[in-house]
Amino acid sequence: MGTEKTITLRINGCDETAEVPPHRTLLEALRGLGHVDVKCGCEKGDCGACAVLVDGEAVDSCLTLARSAEGREITTLQGLGTPEAPHPLQQSFAELGAAQCGYCTPGMIIASESLLRKNPAPSDDELRIALSGNLCRCTGYVKIFEAVQAAAAVMRQTGETI
Amino acid sequence: MYGEFDLTIPETLQEAVKVLAAAGKRAVPLAGGTNVLVDVRSQRLAPHRIVDLGRIGGLRGISVEGGRVTLGPRTTISELLASDEIARTAPALGDAARVFAGQMVRNAATVAGNIACGSPAADLVPPLLALDAEVTLTGARGSRTVALCDYYTGYKADQRAPDELITAISWPVPVKGTFGSFYKLARRKGDAITVVGVAVGLGRKEGCCAGVRIALGSVAPCPIRARKAEGVLEGEAPTAERIAEAARIAAEECSPIDDVRATGEYRRKMVEVLVARLVNSAVQAGK
Ligand SMILES: Cc1cc2nc3c(=O)[nH]c(=O)nc-3n(C[C@H](O)[C@H](O)[C@H](O)COP(=O)(O)OP(=O)(O)OC[C@H]3O[C@@H](n4cnc5c(N)ncnc54)[C@H](O)[C@@H]3O)c2cc1C
Ligand code: FES
Ligand code: FES
Repeated sequence: MGTEKTITLRINGCDETAEVPPHRTLLEALRGLGHVDVKCGCEKGDCGACAVLVDGEAVDSCLTLARSAEGREITTLQGLGTPEAPHPLQQSFAELGAAQCGYCTPGMIIASESLLRKNPAPSDDELRIALSGNLCRCTGYVKIFEAVQAAAAVMRQTGETI
Repeated sequence: MYGEFDLTIPETLQEAVKVLAAAGKRAVPLAGGTNVLVDVRSQRLAPHRIVDLGRIGGLRGISVEGGRVTLGPRTTISELLASDEIARTAPALGDAARVFAGQMVRNAATVAGNIACGSPAADLVPPLLALDAEVTLTGARGSRTVALCDYYTGYKADQRAPDELITAISWPVPVKGTFGSFYKLARRKGDAITVVGVAVGLGRKEGCCAGVRIALGSVAPCPIRARKAEGVLEGEAPTAERIAEAARIAAEECSPIDDVRATGEYRRKMVEVLVARLVNSAVQAGK
């Protein structure tokens, strides 16, 4: 039971292969491949630290099996921008101090990107509800909400999407 | 981290049903995984084989045809939320999708998964009960359709045979002038488990209530219809006294438990408050 199989995952635009048993989650596979920007928090869908985009939709990678993600387009935080050319969300999180320990940040940014793509001008209430699946134990959320609204304003001006 | 199991990712429904039939009770279908993988991790569930339905075509989508709305079983909560058809023909289901989990879970979680998980707190079930929804089950011996109100046989128990899959969920397009809504009482606005869920459907005929549906979640071993309460209003003028009476009877029809989220007594009281509130707003909307 549970024999390993070689699969190819398309991560941030590149194909990577991994040997995975059936019970390997996408979260475990991504971290195993060195994508440690994807964080492991609760492993039960409660904290959002493990959020990635799968075919453009934000999902908890801890609730996805690695083999099920084969052939899908996976985007992690690092796929959104680079240190030289950060995504507006990455820029404003850094500038406005929206991260303290930073553990929740990748998931927060992935979830925010997904929200802003569907709703470029969320109200504060809409933003709070959209990020309700992402827990932060440090910031108290205020700075995170400010940073997402600031990035949203920039993105509306530049018409930026990923 | 997870318990060990074998995984099949079939390309067709026939193949999926065949694998399930061969494996019997120890095989578990997987849709969004938002219940299954959590349960496997906590060892509430120890399947020998998981059958991932994710690559089977034709299991997603919302269609309105011949006076019925039909959902593919793998339609996600996010798809319900984005659908004008749902907003138009099943506003209560739209209400439930809006307060369902957080966006990451909504993107993965499916309608059939919500029905089949069997949770008394499954948020789509009260609105679907209020819509008179039917569930189509397909197994090795063919397909059958059962009314959702007959689907559950107890707490986390249902009519589905191990080789059967939910392959469609459908309901008649409500007659013009029917108002539907769902209210989720929970301890937070987002990503919380329902303490009391109430769905109401109400039409009008010559000033009287017609097609009254009241369905309740999280207050019985499975989501239920409050049929006696419906009977108090059906065919009658919606006076304040009648609405109050129906709400009181609905509270009598449920059998809530005490748990970490609320006492049974509080839940019962809230059923009364919320049924009255939702029926009143349906009546106001119909004026
Ligand atoms: C953080 C979090 C928050 C949540 N919040 C809510 C909430 O607010 N409201 C709510 O109602 N639920 C909530 N849930 C529970 C869960 O997301 C839902 O019940 C969801 O609809 C399950 O769908 P799924 O596709 O993920 O199911 P899965 O986990 O894939 O499957 C669930 C069950 O359905 C069976 N199944 C799936 N598809 C079929 C099919 N086609 N035929 C037969 N059986 C099938 C599976 O075998 C399993 O028994 C939450 C879960 C998490 C992790
Ligand atoms: S680690 Fe996936 S949601 Fe917490
Ligand atoms: S910054 Fe530490 S958890 Fe959010």
